[in-house]
Amino acid sequence: MSTTTVEPGAAGPKTNRIGLTVMDYKGGKTTLCAGCGHNAISERIIEAMYEMGVQPELLIKPSGIGCSSKTPAYFVSRSHSFNAVHGRMPSVATGAMLANRKLVCIGVSGDGDTASIGIGQFVHLMRRNLPIIYIIEDNGVYGLTKGQFSATADLGSKLKTGVVNDLPPIDTCALAIQLGATLVGRSFSGDKRQLSAMLKAAIAHKGTVMLDVVSPCVTFNDHEGSTKSYKYVKEHEETLQDVSFVPHFEDIAVEYDPGSTVEVTMHDGSRLHLRKLEEDYDPTDKIRAITRLTEAHDKGEVLTGVFYVNPEAPNFLDMLNVVDQPLATLPESLTRPSKEVLDAVMEELR
Amino acid sequence: MATTDVTPRGSAGGVGQKRIVNDMSIQVATVNGSGSQSSNTVLLRSIFQMGVPVSGKNMFPSNIAGLPTWYTIRANKHGYIGRKKEIDFLVAMNPETAQEDTMSLAAGASVLYDEPLALHKLRDDLIFYAVPYDKLVAAVCPEAKLRKLVKNMVYVGVVASLLTIDMAEVEKAIRKQFAKKVKAANLNLAAAQAGFDYAKANLQKRGAFYIERMNATAGKIIIDGNSAAALGCMFAGCTVVTWYPITPSSSLVETMIEYMKEYRIGPDGKATFAIVQAEDELAAIGMVIGAGWAGARSMTATAGPGISLMSEFAGLAYYVEVPGVIWDIQRVGPSTGLPTRTSQGDILSTAFLSHGDTKHIMLFPCSVTECFSMAPEAFNLAEQFQTLVFVMSDLDLGMNNWMSDPFEYPTTPINRGKVLGKEDLDRLGGFARYKDVDGDGIGYRTLPGTIHPAAAYFARGSGHNERAQYSERADDFENNMERLNRKFETARSFVPRPEITKGNNAKIGIIGYGTSHWGITESRDQLRDEYTIETDYLRLRAYPFTREVHEFIEQHDRIYVVDQNRDAQMLTLLRLDLKPELTTRLRSIAHITGLPLDARSITDELTSMEGK
Repeated sequence: MSTTTVEPGAAGPKTNRIGLTVMDYKGGKTTLCAGCGHNAISERIIEAMYEMGVQPELLIKPSGIGCSSKTPAYFVSRSHSFNAVHGRMPSVATGAMLANRKLVCIGVSGDGDTASIGIGQFVHLMRRNLPIIYIIEDNGVYGLTKGQFSATADLGSKLKTGVVNDLPPIDTCALAIQLGATLVGRSFSGDKRQLSAMLKAAIAHKGTVMLDVVSPCVTFNDHEGSTKSYKYVKEHEETLQDVSFVPHFEDIAVEYDPGSTVEVTMHDGSRLHLRKLEEDYDPTDKIRAITRLTEAHDKGEVLTGVFYVNPEAPNFLDMLNVVDQPLATLPESLTRPSKEVLDAVMEELR
Repeated sequence: MATTDVTPRGSAGGVGQKRIVNDMSIQVATVNGSGSQSSNTVLLRSIFQMGVPVSGKNMFPSNIAGLPTWYTIRANKHGYIGRKKEIDFLVAMNPETAQEDTMSLAAGASVLYDEPLALHKLRDDLIFYAVPYDKLVAAVCPEAKLRKLVKNMVYVGVVASLLTIDMAEVEKAIRKQFAKKVKAANLNLAAAQAGFDYAKANLQKRGAFYIERMNATAGKIIIDGNSAAALGCMFAGCTVVTWYPITPSSSLVETMIEYMKEYRIGPDGKATFAIVQAEDELAAIGMVIGAGWAGARSMTATAGPGISLMSEFAGLAYYVEVPGVIWDIQRVGPSTGLPTRTSQGDILSTAFLSHGDTKHIMLFPCSVTECFSMAPEAFNLAEQFQTLVFVMSDLDLGMNNWMSDPFEYPTTPINRGKVLGKEDLDRLGGFARYKDVDGDGIGYRTLPGTIHPAAAYFARGSGHNERAQYSERADDFENNMERLNRKFETARSFVPRPEITKGNNAKIGIIGYGTSHWGITESRDQLRDEYTIETDYLRLRAYPFTREVHEFIEQHDRIYVVDQNRDAQMLTLLRLDLKPELTTRLRSIAHITGLPLDARSITDELTSMEGK
């Protein structure tokens, strides 16, 4: 949907379920290159937050370092952002979610920020299943340092300078599934419909979401020989499912054929519909997912879709048995035990 | 027969020797993993219960089982609880070190040894007592596999007999040690009693050392610094703890988990805290910063290697201005160093931790009491100044048992600092995150989750202006760095003031901090009594240095700065802060052995520099 449309004849601008307009979700002006895939992703995030009616002030946008990590400045300015250090956004996001479990967290990273310097924090974030949406804006190169390969670059992909990548790529989706993330998918910055549906499902999910969004770098990796160029992705994209999303607050009966479509009921009652384009694909089967991803690499496909989903897995905050109110603002009466407690402890130590 | 081993030799012992009461050090040399910790604690507590001031220091290897370990108990009627250099009474249980331990004693010391070791053949200027441990333990412990653990309790009984420690106190200490495990308590008590009875019947006491009842420990507690810190943090209202295990800090968080699970469960049965074991120290401090930014009272505990790893994030917290508390339980570096030995080696690196111009508030607890009381102070300072606060403890303080007055309930309320809520934003219309509104260098912040359209700001480690917007402008950068400096200057007036103890018309000053305090206190008495040197003493409690520190240096001709590191780190830090003409007054007493600093070492170095 367009961000500026005003419905003809309406009294005012269109609003979402919490009475905000899409303008309330806008960000600052992008400083990325014209045509950068990341800008399209920012647009999709704005739409998804608006359409899902996320309170902007409850959203936090931590990021690492790199072009992708700059993007929180370009969407939802009414939300707190934290542009942290290279590769270590997961720990900052984790701390923030421990402090305030009411927050909605969208962490933005890149392939360099995630798969190289940040791989350690990435894998441990995936294990904890904290309610965090982790997005990799994946272009296979380091943009801010002018075009070196990252660890998601495909074998045989070529740099502008002619240098060929001779190391195998890290598949962040396969890794995330293996490690415990509970909603994992890959999309393409140019696939508006699929990415929007996946982002909305991500917002509805109460666990760790890992979305790898292939997002071409127009300056350093959009040439012939690159496997992350617009042209290459369009020519090699294989889509697992036709993804659509029905939010819990929209009382819409959607007819679907249970034979060809998998329906996933999300934690909040929203429904994710995955119309199978590959007949036998089951997004609740981890082993199948990893096998299919491995096949995709062998065939040179850019496989997209929802690879794995489990809306029921316990999340880390529940495992920690943390109180329902944000820890950040608990009153002193709850965080400082009484003098009697201290006296009792002292008595034991005598 | 064992008694034949203790025939007087040379001048050791003997009739008419003067009695030395409640002033001695006992060293127990064992093998780690042999259960000696229980025996040592029982011995320590028994003396404590007799009303005699006491301290216990564990010198242990970086190993789980099978390597030598030493435990030193010092009993001192004057209340000196620092390490004593000389050992008066050696309990040699470890065959591997027994000879060397014995050879290193000063003449006249006593040695209690396992009979087969035949240590009495080594020297003739010591007092020897032999005990057939295996025989004694076999009689009281039918189960062979438990004998190794119970054997150590036998020496407690022997020592009790030889030093006139009341067996009723030993029993009380054993009951406390084994608490609900009645069977274990009975077994250990029988072992101690067997040792006691054996000594009564077979060993003739000849050493000068006696424990006699006094009344200097009534109402006091025994606790280690890490447990005290854990309690302090719990009462400080800490809500998020992240950590990565590292000696000697692990027990701080482990103890905290126990306390929090007991005392910080809310009315709904849920935890008013989150404690997370992170994947490494980088993640631990990252989580502290994320939580601090989002408004939690967050902390981690670590040691030198962890501090090094946290360097990049520390700079982020400094520049983004995020509160957090880091406990550094210092051990010996560089690198892995001596992981189980104590030092004050992280002072300089922590003061300026990270690249670019950074500096951090540090607190220096010297006692378990301060480990407790500085915890709420650290959290309040962190939130007041929106920055990291490092509490610089050390292994000696953190992991050893110290006698202390019971801790006082914190009276200062929790201070969350300058945080704007929805109502404030309604009134103000907006805010500029890094604007120096009050002239103290401290801006106002908002917390994520504050429902107001003007609440959000963009926290970033990159250059920013007053409104937290990205900026590479020279003036924005300079103004911000100058404001951060102003904030640090403001902190000078809010951090804990030093503790100053005056001598009689002293020209010489001593500056110390942390656990050096105990050696310094005792050394000052030695200097007065043995050399008629009067000293004034300033104990640093925080960095940045307060006004009193500069005044103290101005008031003295020579100032000896006591460090437990090689490079005189605190002296160096002081030098950076002083007027140039004052820097020449500073002299260094730097000690780096991995052992807690003792009084005699200070006295010897100071007197030698004084030309005595």
